[in-house]
Amino acid sequence: MTPLLEVTDLTVEFPTRRGTLRALDQVSFSIGAGEVLGVVGESGAGKSLTGAAIIGLLQPPGRIAGGTIRLEGERIDTLPPDRLRRIRGRRIGTIFQDPLTTLNPLYTIGRQLTETMRTHLPISESEARDRAIGWLDQVGIPAAAHRIDAYPHEFSGGMRQRVVIALALCAEPRLVVADEPTTALDVSVQAQIITLLKRLTRDHGTAVMLITHDMGVIAETADRVAVMYAGRIAEIGPVSDVIRNPAHPYSRGLMDSIPSMAHRAERLRQIDGAMPRLNAIPAGCAFNPRCPSVFDRCRSDRPVLLPAGNGQAACWLHG
Amino acid sequence: MRQWLDSDLAYSFRTRPTAILSVIILLVLTIGAVFAPLLAPHNPMDSASLSLMDSFKPPLGWPDSEWTNPLGTDNQGRDVLSAIMYGMRISLLVGVCAVVFAVAVGITVGLIAGYAGGVVDALLMRLADIQLTFPAILTALLIDGIISSALPASMREPLQIYIIVVAIGISLWPGFARTVRGSTLVERNKDYVMAARVIGVPSSRIMLSHVLPNVIGPALVVGTLGLGLAILAEATLSFLGVGLPPTQPSLGTLIRFGNDFLFSGQWWVTVFPGLTLVLLVLAINLLGDWLRDALNPRLR
Amino acid sequence: MLGFILSRVLQAIPVLLVVGLLSFVLFAYIGDPVSIMLGQDHTEAQRLALVAELGLDQPFLIRFGRFLMATVQGDFGISYRLAKPVGPLLASRLPATLELAVTATVLAFAAGVPMGVYTGIRANGLVARLVMIVSLIGVSLPTFLMGILLILVFAVGLGWLPSFGRGPVSAIGGWWTTGFSSWAGVRALILPAVTLGLFQMTMIMRLVRSEMLEVLRSDYVRFARARGLTDSAINFGHALKNTLVPVITIVGLQFGGIVAFSLVTETVFQWPGMGLLLVQSVASADIPVISAYLPLIALLFVTINLVVDLLYYAVDPRLRFSA
Repeated sequence: MTPLLEVTDLTVEFPTRRGTLRALDQVSFSIGAGEVLGVVGESGAGKSLTGAAIIGLLQPPGRIAGGTIRLEGERIDTLPPDRLRRIRGRRIGTIFQDPLTTLNPLYTIGRQLTETMRTHLPISESEARDRAIGWLDQVGIPAAAHRIDAYPHEFSGGMRQRVVIALALCAEPRLVVADEPTTALDVSVQAQIITLLKRLTRDHGTAVMLITHDMGVIAETADRVAVMYAGRIAEIGPVSDVIRNPAHPYSRGLMDSIPSMAHRAERLRQIDGAMPRLNAIPAGCAFNPRCPSVFDRCRSDRPVLLPAGNGQAACWLHG
Repeated sequence: MRQWLDSDLAYSFRTRPTAILSVIILLVLTIGAVFAPLLAPHNPMDSASLSLMDSFKPPLGWPDSEWTNPLGTDNQGRDVLSAIMYGMRISLLVGVCAVVFAVAVGITVGLIAGYAGGVVDALLMRLADIQLTFPAILTALLIDGIISSALPASMREPLQIYIIVVAIGISLWPGFARTVRGSTLVERNKDYVMAARVIGVPSSRIMLSHVLPNVIGPALVVGTLGLGLAILAEATLSFLGVGLPPTQPSLGTLIRFGNDFLFSGQWWVTVFPGLTLVLLVLAINLLGDWLRDALNPRLR
Repeated sequence: MLGFILSRVLQAIPVLLVVGLLSFVLFAYIGDPVSIMLGQDHTEAQRLALVAELGLDQPFLIRFGRFLMATVQGDFGISYRLAKPVGPLLASRLPATLELAVTATVLAFAAGVPMGVYTGIRANGLVARLVMIVSLIGVSLPTFLMGILLILVFAVGLGWLPSFGRGPVSAIGGWWTTGFSSWAGVRALILPAVTLGLFQMTMIMRLVRSEMLEVLRSDYVRFARARGLTDSAINFGHALKNTLVPVITIVGLQFGGIVAFSLVTETVFQWPGMGLLLVQSVASADIPVISAYLPLIALLFVTINLVVDLLYYAVDPRLRFSA
């Protein structure tokens, strides 16, 4: 069976005056229908960039330099702009980080919803309006029929993110790319939004690519998780395996640095050093200067994703 | 020097042809203006050397033109090229003086507003805002008119150049004041100013010896950008006949004189000073555009 | 809404009073109406009589109050240069200036906004870059020189259009005169209006372009793209509407600029408007006219600012609720 989304050897480069920077390097993963894939990593690891490349909205001068992206078997990274536009919103929905800035301040939320639906679906204005009220109701906006004519600034941050979720789902896409959907929100609201997203996507059978640096969110929501490091995938596998028994030394370091209620360590451990800058990625494994288990091969050969437990890890320990 | 050549500023300069071109144009024009008495083929101020026999010679390439007057002559036989070089001197002088005046006022007001804060700040900035809504050329014209009316007629002509400098300077100060105030606010809250205040250094000394050196950089950048405006304002006032007197002809005055001969076919008397003015202001604006882009990476 | 307008009007009153004071000081203390009205030969008694008649011996505040009353009623004294009452003189010049300024503004908008949108969307395109370079020349080209060049080409060279004056005008309603009533009048308007509008057009274009670039980088435009909206819906709906908010302010101020630069254009084309009158008055130190201009111009700019605020209010829903 073809997966819903299949990314193979995706490479993204930024030409700069001091040479070309490779921001994503041969990233491969897939998402099945209705599946939630978590993508974690430090900032700058390439999580958001992967999402942007999939929806075809890389900021210039960034460009896809290699690899393929397939949606339901159809290659989409080489589509002309207008074909790709028809996919965005209709087949891949998107949720951005900051709901305060992602809604157009000068249009009512109803107008933004109906506009999105009518771009993709052959429905009348009144039909679109009815559906918009339905969506606002579904995402938990009270008095939806009344609030539909309100402007974004009349909503709180959490409420606006609910509107953004409605906008991402209103044309019923098969996949949603959620880029840090809770990072900009109050801690008290974060859980509500995640619960809402989880419930709605399950009800509609929508797959989710959930980009976050919050392992708690991943643990609670995702089916599988991909750990990214310096523009590459370090490890990918079922969420319980990666959390309990990480196969890559970097994932292990990442999990050790999460506070846990179960076993209270004296101090949280941290990984020494910092992620390399894009213009100074070492040869071999990108993690080798910081890796506690480093050996010669890690410094010369770049590891590919190798089977490790129920998942895969890009680490020679498994080679 | 090597450090500068390697900097981002130098890099963006090297890779921007318009910036290089504008610097070359500015250098040529400035040298021609400053050393006009040495370089100009004739002295346009010396009426004894003028001969009506030489009047209205066309520029090179037209019939009856002469090598001695490459850009032709005007109605009194004055060499247009020489008149342009001397005129540019006056245009540049007035422009630079007006900007220096505006920067001085702007720095003073900006420093006081930014450092004092509160009511003083609100009042001064409100004043600047109100003046900013009036176009500079209108402000300059009205101030010119008011000062001239207040002076007895006999004193107007000798003082006219100062009146123009002050009028243009006053019309430009609010922009500078805002910039300086902004930088002052940043400096004021830095630790070294706090420390100086804690050990009892008087406010005036803190402002002059600590804050001023730090705000002068941005003010100079804005000042360079204001030079194009000042030169245009002077040229406009002189063209309108309320600027510099005919005894001190700037580029604007030359264009005004030449305008009378447009219909009788002697276009060169007005077109060449006009082109010089455009070239001068365009070079300054291009340089300013580059500077703003280079110093503001967000807009790159 | 009403409270909003009221507060703006109240804020404008101190500004108008200060300008009125400036105008009064200029009129009453710098000009010397007594010696001008009496001429060279007069006795001290004559002088004192006139001073008393004009109320010049009254306290400052009373004189200022009278001046304000007279100003509000349109009584600005008598022009030294033309020996005519300033009020009717200005009124007779008003239609010419307004017709010129409004035509120029319409031209500047009609061309400037679409060009700004285009150069903003195709920021790296060849045509857009070319337009930007040409527009930089436009900004560096002073209005009067533009007028001279247009006269040189279209009036002297090609002989297509008249180079000065307003052409035939016809009166409407006793006090307004218009040049739109005849083809010759419209032809006379073309060159001055283009001259005046060109500079404003380049300003509007560059402004719309930079605002457009800014808005196109914003999160909500990115989100609109992520929702698959069409390019035209994004560029002309979402982006342009958000661009309008700052553009309205500047354009309001630009209308002030048009009025200011109309005095240059009017001088170049000998257009019989208020600007030409002001320039001639400054050149001959005609104080009553200059001092009448101050409150008029202040009133004009206060009105423009009020209109700008109201437009803001109409475009941006955030203001409607916070106000």
